[in-house]
Amino acid sequence: MSLSVAGTATIAPLTEAEVARIRADFPALAEIVNGEPLAYLDSGATAQRPQQVLDAEVDFLKHSNGAVHRGAHTLAGLATEAYESARETVAAFVGADAEEIVWTSNATDALNLVAHGFINATAGRGGAAAQRFVLSPGDEIVVTEAEHHANIVPWQEVAAHTGATLRFVPVDDNGIWTVADAAGVITESTKIVAFSHVSNVTGFIAPVEEVVALAHAAGALVVLDVCQSAPHRTLDLRALDVDFAAFSGHKMLGPTGIGVLYGRKELLNALPPFRTGGSMIETVTMVSSTFMPAPQRFEAGTQPVSQAIALAEAVRYLNAIGLDRIEAREEQLADRLLAGLAEIPGIRVVGPARGVARAGLASFDVDGVHAHDVGQFLDDKGIAVRVGHHCTQPLHRRLGLTATTRASAYVYTTEAEVDRFLAAVAGVRPYFGVSE
Amino acid sequence: MSDALSGLYQQVILDHSKQRSGDRLLERADATRFERNPSCGDEITLQFVLKPGTDIVEEIAWQGNGCSISMASASVLSQLAPGLTVTELQATIDEFRTMLRSKGVGEPDEDVLGDAVVFQGVSKYVMRVKCAMLAWVATEGTMADVATARD
Ligand SMILES: Cc1ncc(COP(=O)(O)O)c(C=O)c1O
Repeated sequence: MSLSVAGTATIAPLTEAEVARIRADFPALAEIVNGEPLAYLDSGATAQRPQQVLDAEVDFLKHSNGAVHRGAHTLAGLATEAYESARETVAAFVGADAEEIVWTSNATDALNLVAHGFINATAGRGGAAAQRFVLSPGDEIVVTEAEHHANIVPWQEVAAHTGATLRFVPVDDNGIWTVADAAGVITESTKIVAFSHVSNVTGFIAPVEEVVALAHAAGALVVLDVCQSAPHRTLDLRALDVDFAAFSGHKMLGPTGIGVLYGRKELLNALPPFRTGGSMIETVTMVSSTFMPAPQRFEAGTQPVSQAIALAEAVRYLNAIGLDRIEAREEQLADRLLAGLAEIPGIRVVGPARGVARAGLASFDVDGVHAHDVGQFLDDKGIAVRVGHHCTQPLHRRLGLTATTRASAYVYTTEAEVDRFLAAVAGVRPYFGVSE
Repeated sequence: MSDALSGLYQQVILDHSKQRSGDRLLERADATRFERNPSCGDEITLQFVLKPGTDIVEEIAWQGNGCSISMASASVLSQLAPGLTVTELQATIDEFRTMLRSKGVGEPDEDVLGDAVVFQGVSKYVMRVKCAMLAWVATEGTMADVATARD
């Protein structure tokens, strides 16, 4: 199968043999679940971690653990060096400079950091430099109906605090939106445009460049949720020209408890901090304080150091495989999923049709069987999928569904696992006695 | 299919999830509650009616949206409750909760639970206990509302 995209060379997808070798690095994939080998198709929620990442965290804790940016002893120095070197590794991974990478606890935390920067600026914090983040009634914040709650609820808070209005780019019956849909909502009043690069439900890949151009022409800042793209495809945030971006370590073979906010340097240095306290200040008097430049100004308190270091190891692991090859592989797996699901009666897959680019995942409704029951049935066969609204209630409501079942692939997913999943899904309606 | 799964999805449960008893909303009720399981989105609106001037349950009516376990347990409850006193119904709910939390090792009291013993298999699936409890928790809420209204 050819995967060449117009104008680019054909990238060879990872082969089954390579995937088999990769799997050997992941202890969790050897688990037996309900008497069956685990088929882990829930990487969209959280990915498994290779031994290299587990080791990196433990090695750091065994040999170099100390308080970063505080103190002069040897371990404190080693820890600080490893921590800042991790920042450089992750920065390079997304095409950014180290000062543009803020450690957070996850993507949700990163989005809240930006949202509260706007709230604090509107409350008068940050002085003249923060003027560009001040919102007032009449201003608009634009998100899409397909967003994860993490990219909706913080903006509802911003609207409630500032008097700005939250507006939604509408999606169609498959959960997809177009540049024209975005253009219909982005106006001169728009101050923020926030959307996900890749949808965690539909697998839809957003037309980022076009939307950024529209937003910037309107004078708005762009916040991109790259939770589902950073782990799976080459990302160059500077080339995409977004203003802020957020992602989580645990979806890209890294630990929980570590996430990233990317921000253009001059924006980060002007955005008022969200959390305040130790490690983020220059001078503290009993009256007031001054703050460090980014990224430290956003990293108050003791940080998730070993997690950051392990995340850098995950990045090296992904880089060694090659994100382009992972993307090409997942494109194949997505096609296998869609082709197989199309053969099964009573299945409605949401998102782009087969043949249209999509991420390596598929969410679907089984006519007559609730997603929870589908998930239970699959779990009985050792197959792990996500069921529910996937933190996208507005999208599900728009699709006329309360819950869906989602299978999501990653670098270690085999064709055999996809086939096992498809065979199991074919057994769902017969098991629950749903006739056609 | 594992035995545990067959224990969870007993035929009676699958039947109740499709042919639901009490699946309607009434014009008048002594109390009405809306209950939702935020983690999965399952939801139910449940109405509680006493025989006038008594503390004997006349009817439990409900409408909901959710998995087979949550819908079947609402259906079984609406069959089992009529004729019980409020005190008896509360005892039944307590016994049901104890059974569900027994992690597969409890010996449920069939005299108290009646048909609801078919949900014993749920107790092996910690994540599904909330599904089975949905209508029962809503019922506890309506009984509390009725008690408050009387005070
Ligand atoms: C598209 C998208 N955005 C945001 C998030 C939130 O990530 P986290 O829960 O790690 O903060 C997720 C993860 O579920 C996601 O898939």
